Formats: sequence, structure tokens, C-alpha cells
Amino acid sequence: MTDLQHSPLESAHLALGAKLVPFAGWCMPVQYTSILDEHHAVRRDAGIFDISHMGQFIVEGPKAAEWLNKMLTNDIDALTIGTGQYSLMLNHAGGVIDDLILYRSGESSYFLVVNASMIEQDRTWMENHLVDGVCLRDESPSWAGLAIQGPNASAAFAKVFPSETLPPRNGIKTLVDGSVLCRTGYTGEDGFELFTPVSQGIGTWEKFLHAGVKPCGLGARDTLRLEMGYPLNGNDLSTAKTPLEAGLGMFCALKKPDFIGRNVLLEQKSSGLPSKLCALRYLDKGAPPRAHYPVTTLDGTVVGELASGALSPSLMTGIGLAYLPPGLAKPGTELAIDVRGRKFPASVCKKPFYKPGQTA
Amino acid sequence: MNVPSDLRFLPSHEWLRLEGDIATVGITDHAQAELTDVVFVELPAVGKSVDAGDPTAVVESVKAASDIYAPVSGEVVAGNAEVEADPSLVNTDPYGKGWIYQLKVKNQADIAGLMDAAAYQAHIS
Repeated sequence: MTDLQHSPLESAHLALGAKLVPFAGWCMPVQYTSILDEHHAVRRDAGIFDISHMGQFIVEGPKAAEWLNKMLTNDIDALTIGTGQYSLMLNHAGGVIDDLILYRSGESSYFLVVNASMIEQDRTWMENHLVDGVCLRDESPSWAGLAIQGPNASAAFAKVFPSETLPPRNGIKTLVDGSVLCRTGYTGEDGFELFTPVSQGIGTWEKFLHAGVKPCGLGARDTLRLEMGYPLNGNDLSTAKTPLEAGLGMFCALKKPDFIGRNVLLEQKSSGLPSKLCALRYLDKGAPPRAHYPVTTLDGTVVGELASGALSPSLMTGIGLAYLPPGLAKPGTELAIDVRGRKFPASVCKKPFYKPGQTA
Repeated sequence: MNVPSDLRFLPSHEWLRLEGDIATVGITDHAQAELTDVVFVELPAVGKSVDAGDPTAVVESVKAASDIYAPVSGEVVAGNAEVEADPSLVNTDPYGKGWIYQLKVKNQADIAGLMDAAAYQAHIS
């Protein structure tokens, strides 16, 4: 618990009575009042999350696009200035080092948002592969991050920034106050992520609270992302699995001439995937499924374990993700999740578990 | 935090209410406030013999599963089906409708070894 990093918003969290926990090397709020209430606020109204732990890299230079296209799976040439995309950084074995969002912020400059737990590893990996004509800067310590998410997130933005407009989905822009605004999120709802200079972090946070946005912790962030089937690196992604096994093939531009890990993906594509990340949903009520619980066939044979699991607050039933043999990956396949020796029946289903706007 | 004076307590935040030789067990107001949002309760099987300190039931919030330990040795004589159907009773009425299970106490002298309300109050302060 020593050497945890602290968010520039920590004093605001403590003033709100948040419960702070270690997460990815940071001391962050897991909840303020109730994970269920915070989850529902994002599905029904608007919530604000501190995402200051996430990392921000700037990549610039005449060779930036060409280099990023080799470092990452998605096709950067598809990006016009002011737009962004989800992408993955693989090792030479095709395993996922990190998943990230990359925005083209200028003609040859790119803004990358990476996972908190991977800032050091990502930077080292990228520095080790750097070429002339590309400049990489880790600006993570300079930015406070806020994610405002929910059907009323746009209305809250209009209250807080009356003279600014939101970019379209997946877009990026710089605001007059120097903040970087991205129309993205990790909840499946409309909303945006705002990276603001550390000194303005608490002030901006408080403006959104005054606009009626509910403070939400990492607990709700996790249930919201899992209902969408969004992977969490460290749980659902790792260097032991490729993005094809994780079901992220649409973010891997295999038609690009080259990127690190591409050969392995092509090989998997022709010879078949060793496993597939599947969505599992309880058939009845049951004990909340959690990461590492065994997944079994109906006759009790262990076929995998949950990478992520939770009680879905929107559906009030257990949901989870697990890497399974491809033969068991078909939606409708009936399996069970073993919770302390009790078997709860579950079936493989399609992602997302929950569609925003759906009434459970 | 509410700490009723007629109950006995464990440092791990279970309470016990003795009526005759039957002990009712639940978790304290302090414990439910720390857990928040109880979403699942796993009851022990009726007839099961437990020793003091045995994990006997499980209370789960969205974030974590917590074992509920037997305050004293005895035999499980009842589980609260109402709390199994509506786990939020543990949050709304921890000392009443949110009770979890009942034990037939093996040795009543064991009760005297448990914390009283003043000791538990000091423990959580």
C-alpha cells in the first residue's frame, strides 16, 4: 500500500466521504455512497468519474503516423484531424500490452490515453522502438482527468461550458481554458472525457457537481463497462492473449502492411483461435460472479475461469467474461459458474449484456 | 452508529442475540454501512454443526464477498429466507429483519466471552 500515487482531486473525494482504495498503483475512490446508486445515475442521468490515474502520451513528428501504424493494430490513416479510435499495442507474440484510445489532434500530432497500470511499461516499450522523426512525450503527471457519462452528460457540459460545443462521437478538441475534450467513455452512455491541467482539476470537478452531476467511483465504472462487454486490461486482456481471442478483431487492421504482432494474428486467423473471450450470463439469480471463479460444463468439468465478473446492477443478474475453448463459445451454450462449490447455471450470450436506453 | 445494548458482538462485526438457548446472528450497523449495497446472502444449511469462529454464512456487496463467522459453537436451526430473497434488509434493518441465521447454542457460558455493546462501540470508534 506504500508508494501509491495520489489524484490531484483526492481532497475533493475525501470531502465527499469517498472510500479510497488502491487501484493500479493509485489511491482512488471506489465509491462515494453506493455502487448501485452511482451505476444507476450514469444509466439514467449523469455521473462524473475521476480518471486522473489514466496516462496521456503525445506523439508528434513527420514520421508519427507511419510509426504509430507499426506500433498499434488499428489503421491510423483512417483518422482525420480531430477524430480518435480505439487501438491495441501488441508484443511480438501478438499478446496485448495495452489497449488505448488514440486521437489525431493535429496534422502530425497524436494524443494517446493509456491505462494507469501500464503507463511505465507502455512508455518503455514505445521508447525502445522509437525512430528518427518521432517525438514521444509522457504528459501523464500534467493532466487531471474527468469522465462525465450518462444521457444528461451533454446537458451538463452546456451548463459548465456555455460557450463551447462538444465534438462528435470519438472526436477531440482543445477548449479555450486549455483542457482537452474527448467524446468518448467506458460506460456505453453518451458522454465525454476531459483532461484538464492539474491546477484546474478540482475547480472543473466542482463545476460539474454544481451542475447536478453525481460523483461516481471505480466500482460503478467497472459494472458499467462490464455490462457493455468492454475489456479491462489486466482482467480480460493480457500478453497471454491476442486481440482476436479477446474478440477485438475489428480494431486490428490486418490489411496494413505491418504492425507488431500482425504475423501471429494472421497465423491464428488461418489455423483457428485457441480460445475466445465469451460473455456469460446467469440463467437465474445467484451469488455475484467474480474474477477467477471457475467456469464448468453442466457435468462439472472445468473449462476456464472468469476474467471479469459482477452482479449487473441494470439487469440484477450475474454477468462475466471468460476465455473458453472455441467449441463452447457459441451463444446459447449452457455452462455453470462455480461459486464456493455451488454451481450457478449460465449461458454464453452476445455482447453487450445491456444496451443503453434498454429498460431492464 | 447504532449499537444495541442487549446484544453481544465479535470484532469481525457479527452480532448475537440470545433468547433461551437460541442465538440469532447478523451483521452490525457499522458492518452494513461499510459494505453498502448487500446484494446476496448465502445461508448455512439447517442442521449443520459449527464451531465458534467457523465461516458460516456469506454476505456479498457489489464489490466483495465477506464471510460471516459463528460467534459461538452450536447447530444451525434456521436461516432467514426473507433476507435471502431481499438481501437489502441487511442494510435497512441490520438488527431486525436483516438477521441471517439462528444457532442452538452448545455451551451458554461461551456467550460471556463475547464483546458487549460498550466494548464493540470502543472497537469501531
